[in-house]
Amino acid sequence: MTPVSDMTSKSTLAPEISPEISDAIIRVRDITVQFGSTRVLDGLNLDVKRGEILGFVGPSGAGKSVLTRTIIGLVPKVAGHIEVFGIDLDAASTRERRGVERRWGILFQQGALFSSLTVRQNIQFPVREYLKVSQRLLDEIMVAKLGMVGLRPEVADRFPSELSGGMIKRVALARALALDPELVFLDEPTSGLDPIGAGDFDELVRTLQRTLGLTVFMVTHDLDSLYTACDRIAVLGNGKIIAAGSMADMQASQHPWLRSYFHGKRARAVMG
Amino acid sequence: MNGDPTLERIAQGNGLALCAGGSWTARFAPLLEPLVADAEKLTGSRPNIFIDVSQVDKLDTFGAWLIERLRRSLTQGGVEAKIAGLSDNYSSLVDEVRRVKVTPAAGTTSVTITGMLDQVGRSVAGFGTTIVELVDMLGAVLAASGRVLIHPTSFRLTSTVHHLEQVCWRAVPIVGLITFLIGCIIAQQGIFHFRRFGADIFVVDMLGVLVLREIGVLLVAIMVAGRSGSAYTAELGSMKMREEIDALRTMGFDPIEVLILPRMLALVIALPILAFIGAMSALYGGGLVAWLYGGVDPEAFLLRLRDAISIDHFTVGIIKAPVMAAVIGIVACVEGLAVEGSAESLGAHTTSSVVKGIFFVIVMDGVFAIFFASIGM
Repeated sequence: MTPVSDMTSKSTLAPEISPEISDAIIRVRDITVQFGSTRVLDGLNLDVKRGEILGFVGPSGAGKSVLTRTIIGLVPKVAGHIEVFGIDLDAASTRERRGVERRWGILFQQGALFSSLTVRQNIQFPVREYLKVSQRLLDEIMVAKLGMVGLRPEVADRFPSELSGGMIKRVALARALALDPELVFLDEPTSGLDPIGAGDFDELVRTLQRTLGLTVFMVTHDLDSLYTACDRIAVLGNGKIIAAGSMADMQASQHPWLRSYFHGKRARAVMG
Repeated sequence: MNGDPTLERIAQGNGLALCAGGSWTARFAPLLEPLVADAEKLTGSRPNIFIDVSQVDKLDTFGAWLIERLRRSLTQGGVEAKIAGLSDNYSSLVDEVRRVKVTPAAGTTSVTITGMLDQVGRSVAGFGTTIVELVDMLGAVLAASGRVLIHPTSFRLTSTVHHLEQVCWRAVPIVGLITFLIGCIIAQQGIFHFRRFGADIFVVDMLGVLVLREIGVLLVAIMVAGRSGSAYTAELGSMKMREEIDALRTMGFDPIEVLILPRMLALVIALPILAFIGAMSALYGGGLVAWLYGGVDPEAFLLRLRDAISIDHFTVGIIKAPVMAAVIGIVACVEGLAVEGSAESLGAHTTSSVVKGIFFVIVMDGVFAIFFASIGM
């Protein structure tokens, strides 16, 4: 795939969409989001393929989190369509929407753990609400999920305020994975982690993607994550996707922001 | 969609094959659990059991764990249990759940009589701690005011004015309205009952004394405790939760000086003003009712009021106001700084800020009543 910086012009937009990825799990079309008079997203198009890890990058304040929040329905859009699992979220009934929400998991930037519940209760909460299963299975699944995100079962009875930043991220991921979703949104999962912890996290996301067949939509600034964990990278700029493709495509791109991002000092250190 | 999960039993010589099929996923967990529980009972019936998962369409953590749980409980029962027919993409998932070590959950505490008595005992003993904390905060605030008096440049005027606006100016409409209504009610009740003795005019005495000495300031203090005390606790509490107070401290600022002193000062200035406005508003309401309902015209009302009350009544009321404000402020700040990490804790401390604030205001009012009675005011 070539960098699609020309996607911004309307004339080339149509042929860009027509070879649609048949198994797109998220399909975003012409999304426009506006806060007051500031247009954050402006006719944005994006497809996320089933089973891939999509890294989503862009300058700070470009609207990466806004797009994530728009897809999951927390930010209202002015125009455009969003399809997740082939269901148009605007047209979906409450019941269908519930069904979709059960099939995705979201890791918020700050974790967003319920502060008055213990780690155990946090992870069990979505399971308890959606499935009628025994307390025994709930506890066992909780331990399994903690193990998957690399935490020991001893932390289960701690409160979020008693956890370190990295642990909060892990518990939040465990909660996002509690119902074995098909699609996970990660909002800056490795920010605030030490490099080793961040590396483990990338490895973890990769492992989970392999074992659970997850599709991962990852907003990140971490070049290591992009390099090691992501199958595909999409770049946001001026309210649109300015490029999407593999790491090699990104490095080959002539777009000024991409050049400084992928050929900067830090990028050279990562890629050697 | 895939069908319901199944677990068929097929005899194989002296062994048994358990053939799992369908979707072994979270959605079907409520069906899977009894299925697996049934199969666990096979322990000891056969020397070896195969768990054949080749027919499973979909597998996730729930399914993988239940299969692993089945294998474990069969093995524990002395059966040689093996998982067979695992496809490559699921084998890593099964490996993952194989590492799970199940630990029994911590027992939940049950409600017992002794437990409840224990709670009561602790809260009674905790009352002493509360007093110590309040005195501690009072000392800290006084020390901070002392420092500010020595270095007046460190006084935060902007912050104080901001809080004064929040606590005083914005409270005027609601305080005025509520005290007006209370004045009306007192006058109406007074006239209704005094009329039987033909003592209508004494309603003015009652209204004047009650409003100026007691009700005016007490009512306003209770409203301020509910309105501003809770706000202080919530503000300071959420700042504590987000480590903002720690940040201040590390920058070399004293949180008492920066956050608490302006708030306290704003309250201490605001409450006498609000109490005055409240008293006037209640007298106005009472006078209006006395005129329209009791037939006491305004001129007679004012004349009677001048005779009935002295400046002492007003002084007694207004002297109490700053003290009550200090009590409300200190309680609110102590509770705010006691907030811990969770949202629940914030709620609990805000509640207790209002409850304790109102309690101490009424206690103070009682103490003042005894004091003024003994000095003959």
